[in-house]
Amino acid sequence: MLEIKNLHVKLEDEDKVILKGMNLTVETGKVHAIMGPNGSGKSTMSYVLSGRDGYEVTDGSAKLGDTELLDLEPEERAAAGLFLAFQYPVEIPGVGNMTFLRTALNAQRKARGEEELSAGEFLKLVRAKAKTLKIDADMLKRPVNVGFSGGEKKRNEILQMAMLEPKMCILDETDSGLDVDAMRLVADGVNALRSPDRSFLVITHYQRLLDHIKPDVVHIMADGRILQTGGPELALEVEKNGYAEILAAHGLTEAK
Amino acid sequence: MAASEALSARLAAQPAGPGFDAGRQAAADRLAAMGLPGRRDEYWRWTDPTPFNAETATPAAPGEAEAPLFAEVDSLKVVFVDGVFDAEASDDLAMGGVEISRLAASEPAWATGLYGALEAAGQNPVKRPFAALNTAQASDGLLIRVTAQAEKAINLVYVHKSEVSDPVLHHLIKMEEGAELTILETGPAGARFNKAMEVDVAKGARFHHIRVQGAEQDRRAVTHIFARVAAEALFKSFTLTVNGQLTRNEAYIDMVGDDAVAHIAGAALGDGKDGKFHHDDTVFVTHGALRGESRQVFKKVLKNGALGTFQGKIWVKPGAQKTDGYQISQSLLLDEDSQFLAKPELEIYADDVKCSHGSTTGAIDDTALFYLRSRGVPEEEAKGLLVLSFLADAIDEIEDEALKEEIVARLEDWLARHRS
Ligand SMILES: Nc1ncnc2c1ncn2[C@@H]1O[C@H](COP(=O)(O)OP(=O)(O)OP(=O)(O)O)[C@@H](O)[C@H]1O
Ligand SMILES: [Mg+2]
Repeated sequence: MLEIKNLHVKLEDEDKVILKGMNLTVETGKVHAIMGPNGSGKSTMSYVLSGRDGYEVTDGSAKLGDTELLDLEPEERAAAGLFLAFQYPVEIPGVGNMTFLRTALNAQRKARGEEELSAGEFLKLVRAKAKTLKIDADMLKRPVNVGFSGGEKKRNEILQMAMLEPKMCILDETDSGLDVDAMRLVADGVNALRSPDRSFLVITHYQRLLDHIKPDVVHIMADGRILQTGGPELALEVEKNGYAEILAAHGLTEAK
Repeated sequence: MAASEALSARLAAQPAGPGFDAGRQAAADRLAAMGLPGRRDEYWRWTDPTPFNAETATPAAPGEAEAPLFAEVDSLKVVFVDGVFDAEASDDLAMGGVEISRLAASEPAWATGLYGALEAAGQNPVKRPFAALNTAQASDGLLIRVTAQAEKAINLVYVHKSEVSDPVLHHLIKMEEGAELTILETGPAGARFNKAMEVDVAKGARFHHIRVQGAEQDRRAVTHIFARVAAEALFKSFTLTVNGQLTRNEAYIDMVGDDAVAHIAGAALGDGKDGKFHHDDTVFVTHGALRGESRQVFKKVLKNGALGTFQGKIWVKPGAQKTDGYQISQSLLLDEDSQFLAKPELEIYADDVKCSHGSTTGAIDDTALFYLRSRGVPEEEAKGLLVLSFLADAIDEIEDEALKEEIVARLEDWLARHRS
């Protein structure tokens, strides 16, 4: 599904190199988790995959199925089936959450040559999905993420994901800022979307989320690349011992 | 040419309409005393008055006819073609709760002393020569007296056909106690349009005004609103301007009764690619009574060298305690060639008031743009959404949902046609 090869990325305006030869393959239908110290480049990787400005890819590739993502505009990547749940969801004053969702959904459908949803069909769909995520009518009416609590913003990301039904979902610290119940809601939302045709890449710092969303594969990322890959037990090991050993094995210190 | 000769020449080129001799003469005297504005006039420092001072209008090609707005709204339609009343295209000037006649055809007793009175009151502390000129010279307009809830809206349609038309229209509206009326205005009106609207809102009356200045490139317009708002009365005005090489919209709102409410808002969109765009909002709100609430909300979206200006003032007189005055002027510059100039002012002579004003200039928020695109919304469409979101506060000043939708549709249409 997703295949990142030897990805090198630097900041456009600075000489700072962030991704230093990243390799990662997520198979169709699988859930992969990425853990790693702060600043290791996890969010940068998700932004580069979704096409945010400000980064320069100096080497490597990132493919979604047969499509080279790095050649596409952000909206084309979305239409191709990529979705990023943001670590920091963006507030858009003046644009209603409903309008936003409907515009996005219909834009993607149009790009894929599918028929746009009517107002009625859309409303029915969004209400049903919002209900399972305990997002009330008021949150749907309000401007996108404006005045939402941290947890509400994260649930709103999952609502978008549920509406857009992407093939490849990247979740960047969707668990941060969630209370125990909200975490369960989000995890249930994700699990409901799990399917043999859909893959997930879950970025997290905590095992807690992985108790709910059971990953098939766990990667440890540091200093702009994947250092180690293993099964679910790798996350438990990190939870217990931290990153020191893994980093040291690769000649990195924790301070990095 | 001496200033007085220039003025005489200006007036001679455009003879005054009939009736209202006293009101016209007083205005002519006011105008003679103040003279036409010059470039060094403080109130005209960002907008060149020369095209309005000129004896005749600079020719302006009429734009393509626009799809009519407010067609679905139940309204009494009144059409002026290049400032000339079009009886054929207009509805009968009659409806429940309202007396309507034409300035050029009648002089009802209620109007005689009121004509020009609010304009005269609005000449302090700053001079508005083109308003005095309008009162003195206006060829036509409507005289509207509203005694109850008007049966429907009055829909003024201004058609521009002649390249050299130079209409001067003056509307006088008297809202009696508890009356309610909505006035709609659309269209470019002429090559050079001078319009004044005096609105006297009596106790508890409610007046709504929604205006769309024609999306025509070459037209020029100088317009004035003078409103006097009595106790517990409501005055609300919204203007949408798209295109037009020169527009100066002045408003003078005098809140004379306790618990009065006055909101005035504007959304202007200009694309210099179509030709010059210069839009000037000049607003003056006076609080002279207790617990008045005023809001000024002005937003401008500018690209390709378009220029927007805003001069706005909240003036709180001594004794106007518990005034709640708010003013915001903002621009969204879609490129680096465009410019927004603003002079927000507060002048407060009462100690127990709540007044705030702010002015900002900004660009499209890149983070928001990326967020939208990452959800599959194409770049131009995403920008359009962000522009609409920028304008939302101004558009929200339109109370009627159906009218609001028409305005939004018109905006969307403009945005679709002006993608970079
Ligand atoms: N636009 C930028 N300007 C300057 N530095 C940046 C920028 N973007 C990323 N960085 C730097 O790149 C490194 C990687 O950042 P990134 O946000 O990708 O880390 P992360 O792994 O997501 O961290 P966290 O776990 O804290 O979310 C950090 O050192 C960060 O400061
Ligand atoms: Mg991060």
